[in-house]
Amino acid sequence: MKFSLLSLARQALRGHADWPAQWRSPDPKPAYDAIILGAGGHGLATAYYLAREHGMRNIAVVEKGWLGGGNTGRNTTIIRSNYLWEESEAIYEHAVKLWETLSQELNYNVMYSPRGVMMLAHTIHDVQVFKRHVHANRLAGIDNEWLTAEQAKEFCPPLNIAPGMRYPILGAALQRRGGTARHDAVAWGYARGADRLGVDIIQNCEVTGIRRGAAGAITGIETTRGFIATPKLGVVAAGHTSVVMAMAGVRMPLESYPLQALVSEPIKPAMPCVVMSNTIHAYISQSDKGELVIGAGTDVYTSYSQTGALHVTTHTLDAICELFPDFRRVRMLRNWGGDRRRHARPLAHHRQDPGSRPLRQLRLGHRRLQGDAGLGSCLRGDDRTRRPASDRRPLLPRPVPDRSADRRGRRGGRRALRPPCC
Amino acid sequence: MLLITCPHCGARPEIEFRYGGEAHVARPADPATLDDAAWAEFLYMRSNPKGWHAERWRHEHGCGRFFNAIRHTVSDRIVVTYRAGEARPDLATIPGLDTP
Repeated sequence: MKFSLLSLARQALRGHADWPAQWRSPDPKPAYDAIILGAGGHGLATAYYLAREHGMRNIAVVEKGWLGGGNTGRNTTIIRSNYLWEESEAIYEHAVKLWETLSQELNYNVMYSPRGVMMLAHTIHDVQVFKRHVHANRLAGIDNEWLTAEQAKEFCPPLNIAPGMRYPILGAALQRRGGTARHDAVAWGYARGADRLGVDIIQNCEVTGIRRGAAGAITGIETTRGFIATPKLGVVAAGHTSVVMAMAGVRMPLESYPLQALVSEPIKPAMPCVVMSNTIHAYISQSDKGELVIGAGTDVYTSYSQTGALHVTTHTLDAICELFPDFRRVRMLRNWGGDRRRHARPLAHHRQDPGSRPLRQLRLGHRRLQGDAGLGSCLRGDDRTRRPASDRRPLLPRPVPDRSADRRGRRGGRRALRPPCC
Repeated sequence: MLLITCPHCGARPEIEFRYGGEAHVARPADPATLDDAAWAEFLYMRSNPKGWHAERWRHEHGCGRFFNAIRHTVSDRIVVTYRAGEARPDLATIPGLDTP
């Protein structure tokens, strides 16, 4: 059913009793042309674009829990593309452009709200770094602008810019097109869209093994609901990527760390934009429901606990209370942790990992919420788009920049902004 | 916050410590002889297990010494700590390891 004012009115007259299920809950077929492991925003976006852009309809998304129940449901909903490195700029700007029309494209309100992302500078070093970001972004055609402390205060009135602060605000970089989206709706919208294109979304189906043939090629996956054959596999398992890839005998240059976040009780609209501070590690926005959504830091140790230490959140709240004195008496309702993958080296290099050489049909990906749309449209295992072996450009943009001196020198001569996969 | 037992100083709160990553990753004796793949293996590849994990901690605001701990990465429970240089304890000999 297409969502529209007409369908809403029709359902309202019937007491909202006839809304159909938004996606099916099919039993797994014995075989698929491709399987995506992980039904988060990224996995569902991957399935959606595989079906829509590449015509692969006989595919499945396999999820151990419920869709959107992992990091998609645990992030702080920030969307931005004000990154420094070309690869990051390309993938996130590609994503932001998709976000801008995603609600119409999916016929699903993802509540994308370009309310502005403001990143605070507290030190001379911050000022220099953020101005460099601003210039690099503008060269790439991405909006980003420098604000003085007074202009920052004007854009975000609750902000404290008193000079006597422990970390005084010297200025800010503002990306006006940045903002927030409803993280659950992104997963639901992509799930509904993929389902309508024939993708099977199989929830409560945990992968327990990856089967490989004599030559090393993938032949299928073992799951709690039986064996499913497939020649192609996409792994989008966020913090659990090491665990899943170990089933295929592939070691990963990854470690999983808890990243905490928390929300307050709902209050009236007070916070007009997203404010981030890398230096004192706090970020904050207000959801449409009224909760202050606050991102905290990473715990120091690797963990799959999806929780973290209280002193990490306390540290962030210290910063929030100083940046926004008005919020000091707001009570926090919930806090939680997501499992964040930290790359020890560029993702693009994974293809050269010894164990993954026979796995040409295997694709890996991860990105934060802001990248779900962008990388989802780029992660694919389509033979027709495979490039000649002489093309050494990374298939996926590097999530960790290559910081060689050579690259720093190249910064002046910029290529046209285009995700290398599109 | 974790309560971590430094083998030299006793049980202290986590904020006294600094995390040192996976334990028993030995630096190659002669790095110059390694090819890129072997060097990358040492630099970047970690086991990142969902389960018992041997890891280094440094009692930064105490004795300042490195030591190792075995912690479960789902429950974050630390079951044993031991001095740097000692062999990783045989998990089978530690009581209570069958439950996280």
